[in-house]
Amino acid sequence: MIWNTLQLALREIRRNLLRSFLTILGIVIGVAAVITMVTLGNGATKSISDQVSSLGSNLLMVRPGQRMGPGGSAGAPMFKIADVQAIAAQVSGVKAVAPETRKSASVVVGSRNWSTVATGGTRDYFTAAGWTLSSGRIFTEAEERGGKAVCVIGSTIQRELFGGGDPLGEMMRVADFSCQVIGVLASKGQSAFGSDQDDVVIMPIRTVQRRLTGNQDVRTILVSADDGVSTDTVKARVEKLLRERRKIGENEDDNFNVLDTKQIAQALSSTTRVMTTLLGAVAAVSLLVGGIGIMNIMLVSVTERTREIGIRLAIGALEHEVLLQFLIEAVVLSSLGGLVGVALATGASLGLSSLMNIPYLFNPGINVMSFGISALIGVVFGFFPARRAARLDPIDALRHE
Amino acid sequence: MTGTAPPLIELAGITKTYGSGQAAFQALRGVDLRIEAGEFVAVMGPSGSGKSTVMNILGCLDTPSSGSYRFQGVHVETMDRNQRALLRRHFLGFVFQGFNLLGRTSALENVELPLLYRGEGVASRHAAARKALAQVGLDGWEDHTPAELSGGQQQRVAIARAIVTNPTVLLADEPTGNLDTVRSREIMELLTELNRQHGITVLMVTHEPDMAEYASRQVHFVDGRVAHDHQQPARTDGA
Repeated sequence: MIWNTLQLALREIRRNLLRSFLTILGIVIGVAAVITMVTLGNGATKSISDQVSSLGSNLLMVRPGQRMGPGGSAGAPMFKIADVQAIAAQVSGVKAVAPETRKSASVVVGSRNWSTVATGGTRDYFTAAGWTLSSGRIFTEAEERGGKAVCVIGSTIQRELFGGGDPLGEMMRVADFSCQVIGVLASKGQSAFGSDQDDVVIMPIRTVQRRLTGNQDVRTILVSADDGVSTDTVKARVEKLLRERRKIGENEDDNFNVLDTKQIAQALSSTTRVMTTLLGAVAAVSLLVGGIGIMNIMLVSVTERTREIGIRLAIGALEHEVLLQFLIEAVVLSSLGGLVGVALATGASLGLSSLMNIPYLFNPGINVMSFGISALIGVVFGFFPARRAARLDPIDALRHE
Repeated sequence: MTGTAPPLIELAGITKTYGSGQAAFQALRGVDLRIEAGEFVAVMGPSGSGKSTVMNILGCLDTPSSGSYRFQGVHVETMDRNQRALLRRHFLGFVFQGFNLLGRTSALENVELPLLYRGEGVASRHAAARKALAQVGLDGWEDHTPAELSGGQQQRVAIARAIVTNPTVLLADEPTGNLDTVRSREIMELLTELNRQHGITVLMVTHEPDMAEYASRQVHFVDGRVAHDHQQPARTDGA
């Protein structure tokens, strides 16, 4: 019975191929949109959390001022090297502590020049910030202490100034002094904020302070927690120590802030999750519109096929058989639309994710759900036209022109 | 069944009123009619005489306002919509003036449609449909759609569809109304053959006396009543 009705429905769909295609177009687009949006959203979330973890694992970033961002440090005293040494000596559960100071500078090799950020750090800076070398070495303790003009460059600098050739041992002008390239960093790619992390020159902090910034300030202290030690614990210890050192009273607010990269990751991925949900919801509206399209076409089809329904009723089709036939037609159509939509979404997600440079994450849940919803739409929006067809009076239906 | 078999069809005091109040129109004003199995009845009369209404009631497509309709002794007038549909499915076959075939559907698929509703399997459906098409002289035309067939051929497909279920009664509403004389004769000969060779009772509405000549009995309607009803000698083919 169901099988026969299914055959009838399939025969009907085949009989009106173009109309069937147009009917399901709305569902196809709706399903494809929902799946593509959610898949791309998940990929973006994944790529952002990957990028944040490339900042360094278990990393705390300590900065002067109450909040992050421009102007946030106004009036608050800068850190000095002594603060870094104090954290290293007095806070337990810390793998590496490193100062960081930055100054934008133009770098020149031969006739090529490039504008970049000169970063001053210590040997521990590489550990804390999660940098590894692709070739060469980092500076020695002696070079660090002596503020020697040596530098480790990012892959972007290597590409732009050395044309991808071997830069080790070469001299490079940074602002108004020249320094020797001793190492090249392994590429990290884009940051979560869209900037190029490989566009960097790392030198001993003393070199940067003496030759570029002209002061003893440390702009950021990077604190990397030991494996197995919670960043929250380390964060609390660092805060306590710094409050003492900066002589902040019991009821005063901190004049520095400690940022946990885990928090950045969470904040960013919750933002992208909201975006994903929002885009998914917009796409779901198009799925609903697709459903109304199906109802519309099915209603037209019932009117158009009134005489046919009359014939079916005259030769002995029961009310529920006609109902079932139209309902199955609607469900088969919308499920077909769902299937085509899933296929289209897979193609679109693969293409767009490689275009947008984010990973493609197949999400079985959203595929199954979208397909299920498309079938459900067939039932819901197919029922009304089907009932109308089944309730036709056979004589009127046969007389219908 | 026991004792004397009841007549195939028995109408008693059938009335049918359309609308209500001032606008009420009485299409049938008390029709009594008995039809025995194996008859070939031509229902005639001017338009508005109630002949189509009585055919709809006989075909269980419509219900009378009052009176009783017994089919093989069973009361039909009290049946609900689905019971009447089942009666049509198992005992009746329909042929219409406008053929009423499904468009863009092959002759074979059109003919096997009633069997689909009976829940028969593909193989037996195909076999029965081919046999019915052969019976109406359309071997080799199975895959043609109605648009590819002439009017006469379309009506043959419609007849094949009506007889594929081996019905007890074949109801034909102006079956030759859309056909020329030669095709009309062919269709009438086919109906006559089905009636004589296969014992199918044929009820046919027509307003053409020529066509009514083929029937074994003519029932004339005037103003919603049977005006006269007479048997006639069977006509020989190809006169």
